[in-house]
Amino acid sequence: MTMTEPAAALTVHNLRVGFGADPVVRGVSFEIARGECLAIVGESGSGKSVTARSLLGLAGANARVGADQLELGGQTVLGLTDRAWRARRGKDVGLVLQDALVSLDPLRPIGREIADSLRLHTTLGAAARARRVLELLDAVGLPEPATQVQKLSGQLSGGERQRALIAAAIALDPPLLIADEPTTALDVTVQAQILALLEHITRAGTAVLLISHDLAVVSRIAHRVAVMHDGRMIETGRTEQVLGAPRHEQTQRMVAAIPADKPRGTRLSLSTRPRDAASPVSADSTVLANSTVLDDSTVSAASTVVLEAIGLSKSYRRPDGSRHLAVDDVSFALQRGSTLGIVGESGSGKTTTARLLLALLPPDRGAVRVFGEPWSAASEKTRRGLRPGVGAIYQDALGSFDPRWNVAEILTDALGLSPGLRQRRRAPQTTARLLTLLDEVGLAAAVLTRRPLELSGGQRQRVGIARALAGRPEILICDEPVSSLDVSVQAQVLDLLDDLQRERGLSLIFISHDLGVVQHVSDEIAVMRAGRVVESGPAARVFAAPQHPYSVQLLAAVPRLPA
Amino acid sequence: MAARLGGAIFVLWAVASITFFAVRLIPGDPAQAVLGGPGSQASPEALAAVRTEYGFDKPVLVQYLAQLGRLATGDLGRSYALNQDVGPLVLDQLGGTVLLAVLALALAWLLALALAAWSTRGGTVAARVGSGLEIVAAALPHFWLATSLIVVFSIWLGVLPPISTVGAAGLVLPVLTLAIPLAGFLGQILRESLLAALESPFVLSARARGESERGVLWTHALRHASLPAISLSGWAFGSLISGAVVVETIFARPGLGRTLLTAVTLRDVPVVIGVVMIVAVAYILMTLLTDAATRLVDPRLRSE
Repeated sequence: MTMTEPAAALTVHNLRVGFGADPVVRGVSFEIARGECLAIVGESGSGKSVTARSLLGLAGANARVGADQLELGGQTVLGLTDRAWRARRGKDVGLVLQDALVSLDPLRPIGREIADSLRLHTTLGAAARARRVLELLDAVGLPEPATQVQKLSGQLSGGERQRALIAAAIALDPPLLIADEPTTALDVTVQAQILALLEHITRAGTAVLLISHDLAVVSRIAHRVAVMHDGRMIETGRTEQVLGAPRHEQTQRMVAAIPADKPRGTRLSLSTRPRDAASPVSADSTVLANSTVLDDSTVSAASTVVLEAIGLSKSYRRPDGSRHLAVDDVSFALQRGSTLGIVGESGSGKTTTARLLLALLPPDRGAVRVFGEPWSAASEKTRRGLRPGVGAIYQDALGSFDPRWNVAEILTDALGLSPGLRQRRRAPQTTARLLTLLDEVGLAAAVLTRRPLELSGGQRQRVGIARALAGRPEILICDEPVSSLDVSVQAQVLDLLDDLQRERGLSLIFISHDLGVVQHVSDEIAVMRAGRVVESGPAARVFAAPQHPYSVQLLAAVPRLPA
Repeated sequence: MAARLGGAIFVLWAVASITFFAVRLIPGDPAQAVLGGPGSQASPEALAAVRTEYGFDKPVLVQYLAQLGRLATGDLGRSYALNQDVGPLVLDQLGGTVLLAVLALALAWLLALALAAWSTRGGTVAARVGSGLEIVAAALPHFWLATSLIVVFSIWLGVLPPISTVGAAGLVLPVLTLAIPLAGFLGQILRESLLAALESPFVLSARARGESERGVLWTHALRHASLPAISLSGWAFGSLISGAVVVETIFARPGLGRTLLTAVTLRDVPVVIGVVMIVAVAYILMTLLTDAATRLVDPRLRSE
């Protein structure tokens, strides 16, 4: 045991945390030196956040925390009273959470939030605190601190408020900073800036514990990586070593699941379904996806465009009456059997575009045509009959289901039949169709009687896909379909979409903020910014040689594994 | 602001109209009401004279427009039964009722805050006790609570007067009667939003800075938790005024509630309309006040 050397800012040996009878963290050991960044990586439920909170004594009122050794700055914090903990929190250890919009009190100016640590732990007067707040805001790179201190978190941009949150956590220059998913809610370009700031804080001598679900993100700044799975630390080592040559199977699965820089058609999930084994993936799968043999022969060689956006524009009225142009003269064409990836940061107009394509919103100008026929210009009555041909998959699968319906009812409804019929009165042929649908998305018959809340995130999104497939669509419009999923589940869903596309000759619009995902799934790409398509073209070309400065900036910011 | 004013005028017009027509649905002759009520033996000549004087012989629409015209100039008319101007009569009674309602609202807030703060911090037993108390309190009818309070405090203990006397002691039981059910109702809302606020990430951030539980409650959580209850306070004030009808009658306390009850019994139409109009104005003012209070607590609404 060499963990009591003075350089260690934090030493944890055999940490155990449980709620009730359930152990959540089952014996975790690590240490962090000053000036070092350790990343704990794991999927949801792996126990990484609970581990982080235990280090602040904030695991929760009904948590049982035990450890052989738990030392902050060489002093044990095991069995501290609540008062003693309070004296250390903020002073000896700082915490940065995800999404400062809600992690800073939305009703208080950020200056007050940042000054709180100073008020609680120092004897500084109000004027001295105000000066220190300005210095801190300057140190975290927030422009014009004097005007920003008065603002609420909701009045700042995502990056600005995350900087303010970091300023609040480092106000007293704590030797240890814990950052729990600090960039998860941010756009990639902003994420890169926040990671640079954390790296800067590390260089200045602070020990940084970075908690993340994203291996690629942590690879940018972490010196060492610890992988957590099911409450245990399954692998620890230098970042290049863990990511380059993962030893544990779960780590290998997580590394394989990262979609960025994996050619189109490469399988991301290591577990393969039996029917996949029969159709091995060829190396050049872009060709494969395009050369899918379609079972219906209505395709004429000339018209391979199945969906077309022509000069689409849509504006919204802001609360103050001015108009906001959400989508501005957007045009693209989706080729049969291919995937068009639409990528952009928040506010770029991606989701409005998806709604226009689904004709859930009427465009102000321009038109959407489906199979060469008017779509946005058609009456809803005409469109309703054609709607099964255009399926939709949403980010929030849970929110897109009626919570009182079980899976059988959701899918029966999607088949165009009355969902009210209970299971025992359902016609045998309906049940057979439901089972076929479930089989296609890799779900067992047992989920039929479950309600959405009783399903895991991955299962929900599979049901969402099954629902979209029920109408036997030729076009699928996917709006951030994997954004709320763990990487390994994301990998399975992306593989599933890829299989379905090949088997059914589906044409996909794939909307995402995640360039890595878009790069992996797309044949063609459209990069959106502030409502406009700034660049479009074959995915390989756009990623290899982006033309527009914004695309260059966006691509540079994508977290990748070290080569 | 213009929209708000327009809305207020619309509400007043609607209240005046609905009251005007609703009162006409009560069976009986209004002229009879002017001449001493249903029991009096008025001669046909006297009745005819009254009808002409008050315009009861004119078409309903003409009477309605005349009534609106008077209201627009601030003239609430003359009471049939008391033969006085309604304006001063109603305003005289307004103070007592508003005092009752404001005190009850303030006490309800205090009780609800104390109960919510205690029950969210005291563990599961406190949470159960708190929510149980709230449900019971919210379900208590005013007439039952008033009589029970009189039995306990006036008859058994003899510490407070059973009828509302002039001093502060006379206010205690009426205020308690109105405040307790409202405290149960506000407490339910406060506790639920307080629990949500205590679970929110900014509270975790505050705790991670070393903030004490008391600091978490007062600087962060209660402020968030109070927002929905503040919005409901405008409505609660309206319900307190209607509760005052029962409470003022039971405690024999002068006020708008009792005036209204008497006027309805006597079919004294101008007084009924006068009371309803005054209450509507008070309600509108209270809604404006709660809006202002919400803006004070929630700076996000002030930013534009």
